[in-house]
Amino acid sequence: MTLEAAGFWGLAAVLLASSLAVVLTRNLFHSVLYLAVALIATGGVFLVLDAAFLFGVQLLLYAGGVVTIVVFAIMLTERLVGERIRQTSRSLVPGAGVAVAVLGGVCAFLRRASLPAERPPFPGTQTAALGEALVTRYVLSFELLAVLFVAALLGALYFARTDD
Amino acid sequence: MGLRAYLLLAAAVFAIGLFGVTTRRNAVGILLGIELMLNAVNINFVAFARYNASVAGMVFALFTIAITVAEIAVGLAIVIAIFRVRKTVDADHLDLLKG
Repeated sequence: MTLEAAGFWGLAAVLLASSLAVVLTRNLFHSVLYLAVALIATGGVFLVLDAAFLFGVQLLLYAGGVVTIVVFAIMLTERLVGERIRQTSRSLVPGAGVAVAVLGGVCAFLRRASLPAERPPFPGTQTAALGEALVTRYVLSFELLAVLFVAALLGALYFARTDD
Repeated sequence: MGLRAYLLLAAAVFAIGLFGVTTRRNAVGILLGIELMLNAVNINFVAFARYNASVAGMVFALFTIAITVAEIAVGLAIVIAIFRVRKTVDADHLDLLKG
């Protein structure tokens, strides 16, 4: 077993287990902590795919940013200890049915598709290529992203503000 | 290690997220499910980028990550605004638009 395969299967086990914990655990706060584990494991999968820069972005933005915002949202809308943070789920069987149906459909498609089994060598380093692509071919979308962030920031402030 | 293993992993995480979105009652729990689904899509993007030796998928993954962060910020602000008005974030009780 190569190092890549060992890393992949280990991370896949952690990712699947923590994802299941996110949707099944009854305590909402624990859900968020499991989400952080799942996001870090996803970052690890990026690392296995030689995308070191995306691993850093994943850690900073997702595991650092998103988890912090969600924890604050829970603190503002629930009591951290006590009854109300317990969440129940509804219609478990139909939900599981939909999820299994989607998974089955994708698996059936993947079994028929012809997919590459070997990675072609990447010319140069991926981070350098990514940085170059961002400021040349994709520069317009990159700048538009900044506009989107300003809009999102203003929108979030507008929705969350108090009336006075 | 073929591309298929990565795509299967992403499909499984996506299905788990979908399960969370359809079954959770709490609005924050639903947002967590959406996070899982978007995360699964990112795995697909990066895997395809690596196995095609192309950088386009990674650029797209980077944009998805950034847009997700903006989405979760606005989404949670809406949840907080709803909580302030209705005193609940239970999705079953949020049926103002129901005719």
